[in-house]
Amino acid sequence: MSKTTTDSELPPATEAAAEEAAERLTTAPVESDGPTGIGVLGWLRWMWRQLTSMRVALILLFLLSLAAIPGSLIPQNGQNQFKVETWKTQHTTVAPVYEKLQLFDVYSSVWFSAIYILLFVSLAGCIVPRTWQFVGVLRARPPAAPRNLTRMPVYAAWRTDADAETVNAAAHALLRRRRFRANLAGGSVAAEKGYLREVGNLVFHLSLFALLGGFAWASLASGTGGKLMVGGEGYSNTITQLDDFTGSRFYGTEDLDPFYLKLESFKSSFQTKGDQIGAAREFTANVEYYAGSDASKLAKGTIEVNHPLEIGGSKVYLIGHGYAPVITVKNAAGEVVYTGATPFLPQDGNLTSTGVVKVSDYGDKDGKKTQMGFSGFFLPTAPLSFEGTGPISLFPGDAAPELVLNAFAGDLGTDSGLPQNVYQLNQKNLTQLQQDGQPAKARLKPGQTWELPDGYGTVTFERYTQWASFNISHRPGNEIALAGGVLAILGLVGSLFVQRRRIWVRAVALPGGGTLVELAGLARSESAKIAEELAELAVDLQDDAPATDEDPATDEDPADPGSPADPGDAAGNPVDVPESDESDEASAPSDPAVPADQNSKE
Amino acid sequence: MHLASAVDPQLADLSNKLIYSAMAVYLIAMFCYMFEWTFGSKGAVAVRSIEQAGLAETVAAAETRAAKKVTVTVASAGGGTTTLTRTALAGEGATVVTSGRGADEEDGPGAAGSSEKADLSGRIAVSLTVLGAMLHAGGVLTRGLSVSRWPWGNMYEFSCAFALSMTVAYIGLLAAKKKARWLGLPVTLAVLLTLGVAVSVLYTESEQLVPALHSYWLAIHVSTAIVCGGAMYAAFIGTLLYLGKDTFDRRIAAGLTTGPLGTSASIWRRLPAASTLDKFSYRINAMVFPLWTFTIIAGAIWAEAAWGKYWEWDPKETWSFITWVAYACYLHARATAGWKGRKAAYLAVLAFACYLFNYYGVNIFVTGKHSYAGI
Ligand code: HEM
Repeated sequence: MSKTTTDSELPPATEAAAEEAAERLTTAPVESDGPTGIGVLGWLRWMWRQLTSMRVALILLFLLSLAAIPGSLIPQNGQNQFKVETWKTQHTTVAPVYEKLQLFDVYSSVWFSAIYILLFVSLAGCIVPRTWQFVGVLRARPPAAPRNLTRMPVYAAWRTDADAETVNAAAHALLRRRRFRANLAGGSVAAEKGYLREVGNLVFHLSLFALLGGFAWASLASGTGGKLMVGGEGYSNTITQLDDFTGSRFYGTEDLDPFYLKLESFKSSFQTKGDQIGAAREFTANVEYYAGSDASKLAKGTIEVNHPLEIGGSKVYLIGHGYAPVITVKNAAGEVVYTGATPFLPQDGNLTSTGVVKVSDYGDKDGKKTQMGFSGFFLPTAPLSFEGTGPISLFPGDAAPELVLNAFAGDLGTDSGLPQNVYQLNQKNLTQLQQDGQPAKARLKPGQTWELPDGYGTVTFERYTQWASFNISHRPGNEIALAGGVLAILGLVGSLFVQRRRIWVRAVALPGGGTLVELAGLARSESAKIAEELAELAVDLQDDAPATDEDPATDEDPADPGSPADPGDAAGNPVDVPESDESDEASAPSDPAVPADQNSKE
Repeated sequence: MHLASAVDPQLADLSNKLIYSAMAVYLIAMFCYMFEWTFGSKGAVAVRSIEQAGLAETVAAAETRAAKKVTVTVASAGGGTTTLTRTALAGEGATVVTSGRGADEEDGPGAAGSSEKADLSGRIAVSLTVLGAMLHAGGVLTRGLSVSRWPWGNMYEFSCAFALSMTVAYIGLLAAKKKARWLGLPVTLAVLLTLGVAVSVLYTESEQLVPALHSYWLAIHVSTAIVCGGAMYAAFIGTLLYLGKDTFDRRIAAGLTTGPLGTSASIWRRLPAASTLDKFSYRINAMVFPLWTFTIIAGAIWAEAAWGKYWEWDPKETWSFITWVAYACYLHARATAGWKGRKAAYLAVLAFACYLFNYYGVNIFVTGKHSYAGI
C-alpha cells in the first residue's frame, strides 16, 4: 500500500469537511445566510455576499429581461425620434410620466443601466473568487476518496484474489489512460476529469465582459453621418458636405475619415405581379470612390443592402432611395433660370414622393427681383385620375411617371440667412399662382412643359433620375464584441456539454483473505453516463483484479468468454472474464451490495 | 426598371399541395395518437415500464446464458423498490449499483399502456408522422426550388420550416431509440397549429426576396433560429408535462385520485416520471442554448452588414435578447439551490413564451427593422 495518509488520520470535523469538498463538483458560490459578523463591516460583507450569490444573479438576470421589454413596445429616441414625437402627441397624459421614467430611452436609462451594472459587478464578484478557487483545484490533487464509498451515487464492488496494492496501482494506471487526473494515496485512487466544464463556464462569463467592453468602446468612439446623392453627384467626406453627423467622445467632426464618393447610378426593381406586387427586389448603387485625397486612385464599386462598401475606416451603407425629377425653369424672357435634379422624398411604399424646387433668382417680366417656388408630387406610376384618392402612386417602379406641381411666387425667405429645410417651402411671403380662379396646377409627363399663368414663364419636366441616401459609419470595437461572442459560444459548449466527474477506487485486503475492490463515481445529476463509465472501468479493471467465484456450485459455463459483443467497452478489447457467478447479488460483500444511504448529492 | 427573376409556378403550386397533404396526414396521425391514449387506458396500467421489462428479460437471458453482463441497478430514493434501468457489459462478478436522483421514480409504460390495440395505433401514428414529415419536407424543398433560394424568406415559409424542424426532432428521438412516443400527440398538435396559422393567416405566394434578405446570413441566421425554435418547442412540451406530472404526483400523495384539472390518472401514469420529463426538457434546452447564442450573434453580424450597427435594440433584437436572458435565467436556476424543479420549470415556460412572442407577437404587432415580405 502506498505510504501517504489522508482521510483515515484526520479528526472527524476535518474529515466531514473533506468529504463535503469531495462531493462538490462546481465552484459555484454556496448559498449561505449565516451570520457574517457585526457592525458596518459585517453588513457590507453580508451585502457583498448577497450580491455575488447565485440567487441574486438569478434575480438580476430576470430583472434584466423584464426591463428590456418596455423598450420594445414604446418608441425609442435612439431609433426613431419622429415616432417618439408622434406618440407623445397622441398620448398627452401619460407622455410626461413616461418621459420622467425614461421610457423613451430605456436602454440608456438609469434603471436599466443600474440592473446591468449590478449584474456585472455581481459577475465580477463571482468570477474572480471562482477563478482562484479553480486554479486551486487544478493545483491540488483530486479530493481523496470518502470513507464510505457506498454513499456515492454510482458504486460497484467485487472480491478478487489479486493483491490490493496491485489493484490500486492498476486502477491508477487505468484512470490515467482514460485521461483522468488521478492520484494514488492512502490505499485508494482519487481521479477527476472534465475540468473543461469549469474552464468553459469561466470563459463564458468572462466573455460577457468582452462583449460589454466592445459595446462601450463602440459608443465612445463611433460616429455616423448621412448623405443623399442624386445619380451623377459626388461628395468629399467632410462635415460641410455631409447632410448630418452624430459623433461621440472620441470621434468628432475633425476625425472624419477622408474619402471621396460619387453615386454614378442607382438601379431598383420591384415585384410586378402576385400578392407581393410592389415589393422591392433589387437595389444597387453604382459608385466611384477613393480613400484619402489621391484622386488617381479612383475605383468603381457597388453598394447594396447587406453589402456596404468600406472606404478608409468608414463603412458606407445604402439606406434609402427615391426619384429626382429634372426640371428646367425659364423666366418670361425665355432665359433658363434654373435647371437641375431635385430629390423628392418617398411618402409611402409605392414611392409617392413629395418635394419642392426653389428658384431664388427668377426675376420677372419687369426685371424686378422675384423668387419662385414649386411644390408637388412625383408619382412613379400615376393613376389615370386623382379623383377620390388625390395624387398617389400605384406602384413603386416607374411605369407611368408623372410630376404634379403647384407654383408660388414672392419671397422664399432664403436670404434671411437662417438655415432652411430644402424639402419644404416657407409660404409666409409666397402667393400661389392662380388660373381661372383656382390654384394653378399641372400634371406633367417627362418632356412636357407647363406654361405658367400670368406670364411667369415655363416649367419643363425634362426627365428624372434616382437618388440614394447613405449612412457613413465609423465604428471601432466590433472585433472585440465579436471575439466576446465567439468565446461565449465556445465557453457555453464546454460548460454545458462537458461533465465534470470524480471516480474513486479503493482495494482493501479482507481479514478473511482476498481483496475487496470498490469503485464509486460522482457526477452532476444531469449525467446518466457516469454509471456506464464506471461499468466500463470495472470491466477493464477486472483484467487485473478478476472477481472470485463466490459460489462455484451454481456456476455455469460461459459459452464464449471472449465474445466481443461489448458496446460498453471503449477500449474494444474482449474482456477476459473469470468464472461466472450467477448469484453474485446474494454473495457479494454484504456492506456494498445494498447502498446504505441513497441520498443524492447536490 | 427590370423584372424580378422568375418564379416557377408549377413548383410553387406543388409545394402548397404537399403542405396541405402533410397536414392531412399529420391530422390522421394525431387521431391515431389519440386512439393510442384512449385504448391504452383500458388495459391495466402496467407499473413496470417497457424498459424495465426489457431489462428483466436481459437479466433473465444473462442468467440462462451466463453472458458477461452486469446490471446497473438504481435504487429508488424512497428506499423501497430497486429498479433496473441500465445494463452495462462488464466482467462477471461485478455488481454496479447506482443510487441517486434521476431515477427515483418509475417511468410510465407509454401511451399504449399494456394494450396491444393501442400499441398498434401508436405504431401507425408514428408511420404516419414519418410520412407527413416526408411530404412536409417536400413542400419546404419545392417552395425553395420554385424561387431558387432558401425557403424561409417570410413568415409563412419560416412557419413551415419551423414546424418541420419539430417533427424531425421528434422522429430523430425515436430513431435514436429514445422512448419518446409520448411526445407524438403534443408534437403533431403543435405542428398542426403552426401549419394551420401558416396556411390561413400567414400565407403568401412564392416570390423572390426583398433586398434586405439578400444575404447568405439568411441561410445561417434564420435556419439556426428555426432549429432552435423546433427544439425549444419540444422542450416546452416536456416542461408542461413535467409540471402536470409533478402536480399529479403531489395529488396522489395527498390522497386524490385524479390529475390536475380533473384529468384521468391513467394518462399521467402512462407518462414518464416527472424527473425524466424534467431532465428531457433540460437536456434539450441546454443543448439549444449555445445554438441560440450563435443565432443572436449571427443576427448581430448580419445587422452590422445591413444597417451599420450590430445592435440597435430593434424590437426583434430586443426580444431575442429577452429570450436569451430568460433561458440563461432558467439554466442558472437549475444550478441554484432552492430553484430546481418547479420554479425552474416556470422559468423555462416563460422563456419559451418569450420565443413565441418574438415570433408571432413582434412580427405582427410591433414594427421594427426586421421585415418579412408578405406579412
Ligand atoms: C451577465 C449575466 C449572466 C449570464 C448571461 C449568465 C449565463 C449563464 C449560463 C447560460 C450558465 C449555464 C452554463 C452552465 O450551466 O454551466 C451559467 C452558469 C453559471 N453562472 Fe452565470 N450568467 C450570468 C451572470 C452570473 C453571475 C453574476 C454569477 C455569480 C453570482 C454567475 C454564476 C454562474 C455559475 C456559478 C454557473 C455555473 C453553475 C454550474 O456549475 O452549473 N453567473 N451562467
